[in-house]
Amino acid sequence: MREAELLIEAMTVKLRYLLARRGISEPALVGVHTGGVWIAEQLRKRLDLTTPLCRLDVSFYRDDFSRIGVNPQICPSELPFDVDGRDLVLVDDVLHTGRTIRAALNELFDYGRPASVLLAVLVDRGGRELPIEANVSGSRLELPADSHIQLLGPEPLQLLIQNVSST
Amino acid sequence: MNADNIQIDYQGRLLHFLSLEGLNRRHLMEILDTAESLLGVAERRVKKLPTLHGKTVVNLFFEASTRTRTTFELAAKRLSADVLTLNIATSSAIKGESLLDTLRNIEAMQCDMFIVRHGQSGAAEFIARHVKPHIAVLNAGDGCHSHPTQAMLDVFTIHRHKPDFNNLQVAIVGDILYSRVARSLIQALNILGVTDIRVVAPRTLLPVAVNKLGVKVFHNPHDGLQNVDVIVMLRLQKERMEGALLPSKQEFFQCYGLTEERLALAKPDAIVMHPGPTNRGVEIDSRVADGPQSVILEQVTNGIAVRMAIMSITLGNHARPAVVDNL
Repeated sequence: MREAELLIEAMTVKLRYLLARRGISEPALVGVHTGGVWIAEQLRKRLDLTTPLCRLDVSFYRDDFSRIGVNPQICPSELPFDVDGRDLVLVDDVLHTGRTIRAALNELFDYGRPASVLLAVLVDRGGRELPIEANVSGSRLELPADSHIQLLGPEPLQLLIQNVSST
Repeated sequence: MNADNIQIDYQGRLLHFLSLEGLNRRHLMEILDTAESLLGVAERRVKKLPTLHGKTVVNLFFEASTRTRTTFELAAKRLSADVLTLNIATSSAIKGESLLDTLRNIEAMQCDMFIVRHGQSGAAEFIARHVKPHIAVLNAGDGCHSHPTQAMLDVFTIHRHKPDFNNLQVAIVGDILYSRVARSLIQALNILGVTDIRVVAPRTLLPVAVNKLGVKVFHNPHDGLQNVDVIVMLRLQKERMEGALLPSKQEFFQCYGLTEERLALAKPDAIVMHPGPTNRGVEIDSRVADGPQSVILEQVTNGIAVRMAIMSITLGNHARPAVVDNL
């Protein structure tokens, strides 16, 4: 089995346990575009969820608009249900500074008032700049600040780690 | 900055939005794709994005307009910008110095974007050439020259109904001569690869060099509307009816007005568009304007998303070079 799939399997086990412990039976998975959506899709299948898959593109909520402008490859956010009172699981590929998750949380609350939000990530690479932690992570990697980690996909899902200073 | 085309920077990115001239398919598709993402904002509980939080947008309207001004205002507000609307009465000529004076005064209020509507062609570009470099300028209609955001909301509306630009027949009917909407729309359709663009109008309402626009010319709707996918009706200005160019509005409706019978010449799933406000019984029959094939109100809704897209793209592109300069 490939590495990314092993990590998703680990996430599935941890998330299933956490949801059971919290008594959440019908969570909705919200993938952060693009990698988070691929993972959320896999998790949804493995957890046998019937709730629709949601997609969040946080481009308009990023805190670096005044530095880099709008991402030209933007994709509509899709939350095809009422968010009020829902238990949500935010899913992303890599958790690093925490800024993307900050943006995603802000966007979610513009759709309504969820009952709870959990955070599940494939890789937690450390380097947080905000007080944000994942409830579930496939793996923790302490990577140097100048290294770059990226999830390629959707078929197959593949983790790519590069040391920027050596390239 | 590019000396010939002030709206594009040295990397080919959009800094201002003044006209369709010199833009390519990539520029237009970026606007359409971004607008597509912004359309859903109006459906949410909070119809607002934080993208332009802390920016100040000034509507400079030297010419009356309700729809364009309000949709620009709403677009800016939905992006969390602060908006100021100035309706400036003006004489017909650009008084270079007084316009510059107005400009300098508003600049001194630390604003980030000017949205300009002016009766004179080239007014928005004039302003873009004279503002401080951090300010983005959008053209909300200048004389008979250009109305590029209207053209973009038109092609956006077309794209949502008929996604394949390469296989599209579009007929534009009415006052082509004085219409900045028609001019910009024809340019946008040409850039996006539409090969069958038709203009349907009496000789008196066509520009002399109409053949250079990349369109097929028809003088009667019976030929021009055959089998088209899209019909764009243009607003007939009162001055034109009162002037010598047209005998009367009744006669215009008789010859060119879009009735159900004429609409039946187009493809069965053709859409009917109009930039508004419509003159019912002059260029369009009420039954068509309110009928199932009309997307006129959809154009208004789409106009907000398209203007949000253009605002965030141009202001975003202003942000980047400053960082590079600081390095």
